[in-house]
Amino acid sequence: MGNLLEVEKLKVSFRSHGGEVQAVRGVSFHIEHGEVLAVVGESGCGKSVTAQAIMKLLPKRGCSIKEGSIVFEGNDLLKLSANKMKRLKGSQISMVFQDPMTSLNPTMKIGHQIAEGIIKHKGLDKRKAKGRALELLKMVGIPNPEARYDQYPHELSGGMRQRVLIAVALACDPKLLIADEPTTALDVTIQAQILDLMKDLQQKLGTSIMLITHDLGVVAEMAQKVIVMYAGIVVESGTAEDILEHPKHPYTLGLLNSLPNYETAEKERLIPIEGTPPDLYAPPAGCPFAARCNYAMEICVQEMPESFETENGHHSRCWLNDPRAPKVAEFAAAGRDGT
Amino acid sequence: MYIVKRLLTMLLTIWVITTLTFVVMHAIPGDPFASDSDVLPEEVLNNMRAKFNLDQPLPVQYVLYLKNLASFDLGPSIESETRDVNTLIAEGLPASALLGFQALVIAIVFGMALGIIASLFHNRTIDYGAMAVAILGISIPSFILAPLLIKFFAVKWGMLPVASWGTWQHTILPSVALAAGPLAIIARFTRSSMLEVLKQNYMKTADAKGLGTAGIIVKHGIRNAVIPVISFMGPLVAHLLTGTFVIEKIFAIPGLGKYFVDSIFNRDYPVILGTTIFFSVVLIVTLFLIDLSYRLIDPRIKLTSRGD
Ligand SMILES: Nc1ncnc2c1ncn2[C@@H]1O[C@H](COP(=O)(O)OP(=O)(O)OP(=O)(O)O)[C@@H](O)[C@H]1O
Ligand code: SF4
Ligand SMILES: [Mg+2]
Repeated sequence: MGNLLEVEKLKVSFRSHGGEVQAVRGVSFHIEHGEVLAVVGESGCGKSVTAQAIMKLLPKRGCSIKEGSIVFEGNDLLKLSANKMKRLKGSQISMVFQDPMTSLNPTMKIGHQIAEGIIKHKGLDKRKAKGRALELLKMVGIPNPEARYDQYPHELSGGMRQRVLIAVALACDPKLLIADEPTTALDVTIQAQILDLMKDLQQKLGTSIMLITHDLGVVAEMAQKVIVMYAGIVVESGTAEDILEHPKHPYTLGLLNSLPNYETAEKERLIPIEGTPPDLYAPPAGCPFAARCNYAMEICVQEMPESFETENGHHSRCWLNDPRAPKVAEFAAAGRDGT
Repeated sequence: MYIVKRLLTMLLTIWVITTLTFVVMHAIPGDPFASDSDVLPEEVLNNMRAKFNLDQPLPVQYVLYLKNLASFDLGPSIESETRDVNTLIAEGLPASALLGFQALVIAIVFGMALGIIASLFHNRTIDYGAMAVAILGISIPSFILAPLLIKFFAVKWGMLPVASWGTWQHTILPSVALAAGPLAIIARFTRSSMLEVLKQNYMKTADAKGLGTAGIIVKHGIRNAVIPVISFMGPLVAHLLTGTFVIEKIFAIPGLGKYFVDSIFNRDYPVILGTTIFFSVVLIVTLFLIDLSYRLIDPRIKLTSRGD
């Protein structure tokens, strides 16, 4: 069976007065059926833009997809007519957003907000759609669905609203769910509940998930594969184990060092990565991480590293993986190991 | 409980307005007969003052007026021998209210449509065009717009009657002239409100559901966008319904508008008070109704949630 989603060399730019922001600069990845892919990276690296490109949610003006393809079940979404795309959105591919407080319509009953997609895509009448919506409310763990159905968003807590939004997204049994930092806006305890729910539902329904997150702990718990993004490109990709246990890119290493230990959750020495990502108006010709990298070599500023396959399916865009590069141990010996 | 509280507040407001108007009106020097003092003998004037209780001390006049007001009697008009203030309002109101109502419908329907269309074409030619029209609507005074309308639609093309009051055709031009300003204001408010709504995250959620574009705009957009628009419509509605001096003068319409202005020049105390109170009542009731409808449209506001 082919991949569910294949994104190839995606490039997205925004026009603004200062010039052109190259938000996504040639991103490729794929998601298999039933797989959870985590997308990690610092703020502004292009995670949301990539997700919105798949859902055709990018602003119509001032934003353009320069290059690439987004193939979902054999169809290139970028070439699909607007009508066909509308039929796919919400039924085959759906999305959960970051902020549950503002992502529901404040003047519409939450039940209707779930049911309207069902009516649209499944062609059910109102009564049947309501039945399905009640099922969904129960499925996402909302007690007393009958009463909740007629409530408005302001009557629900943040966690409850995110459950409703998950119900909205899962209403038509999508094959792919894109979750853009679904827990970032929630309290820590609620975060855990929502993640448990998503994990649970994923196992029950077999939905593929593209999970955008800052939290490497979440990655360890949920994802089989990971892509690490930096300044609009994928710098490292592989299985969750590869990435978390044997990172092959200094940026990934930096991310891991800058977070509490995801396994023991104990507060170890946290080392934030110093510096800031490059300006995406005029991205550097070489490795975008060079200015912040402890291992930077001459070639790094001159030439963009190619994608090296270090193990089966584990790729890293870093010159250190070139056979000619010095070993990391040599940097440490020279006192350049910042960690 | 909310309603009872609200009604009491409304009564209190009307009393305050009555009192203030009474005080200010009498603070202006002169009286209704000042202009007649060189033609009529002093005794005649004094007789007339006595007839309207103007010879009594002000506090007495005030109490007498409130007493009548409590039984919905706005008193006699000093200018008009035959008709009291209640009659004046009863005669003038139908024409004014009909014009106002028609103008209101035009202003709301076209104003909102214009605003919504402009917002959907934000920063494009259609948007600029619509807002240019709106700025014209706001800045052209009705005493210029009305004669222009008459010149073209009535005189040049003979499509509609020039002025006066009779058939429904007579109401079209004044209604349009009356609607222009409010229409432009509503268009601008609707546009900015809709632009705000279009940016909201829930619009993205609706888009991600794969709903039709029209459905997204109507069901998720417009309903949320009208809430702030409704909230400023109270004074607009009250003004339109109680008649406007300029338009009624130009089109020779037997409405209420002229009394608001004439009564002040004539120092016709009861008419000044009567029309002011009448306008206030209409305004306050409109605000109340708008508040109620606001609460119906926006579920976040409950009837009991304010002040209880
Ligand atoms: N509507 C827009 N107009 C102009 N630039 C934009 C727009 N949306 C995103 N960008 C730019 O694209 C880049 C990538 O943004 P994106 O939202 O994808 O980041 P992200 O990885 O999702 O970050 P975060 O973790 O903060 O959500 C940013 O530099 C941002 O400035
Ligand atoms: S390519 Fe060079 S600068 Fe870039 S991450 Fe690797 S070592 Fe660092
Ligand atoms: Mg984001």
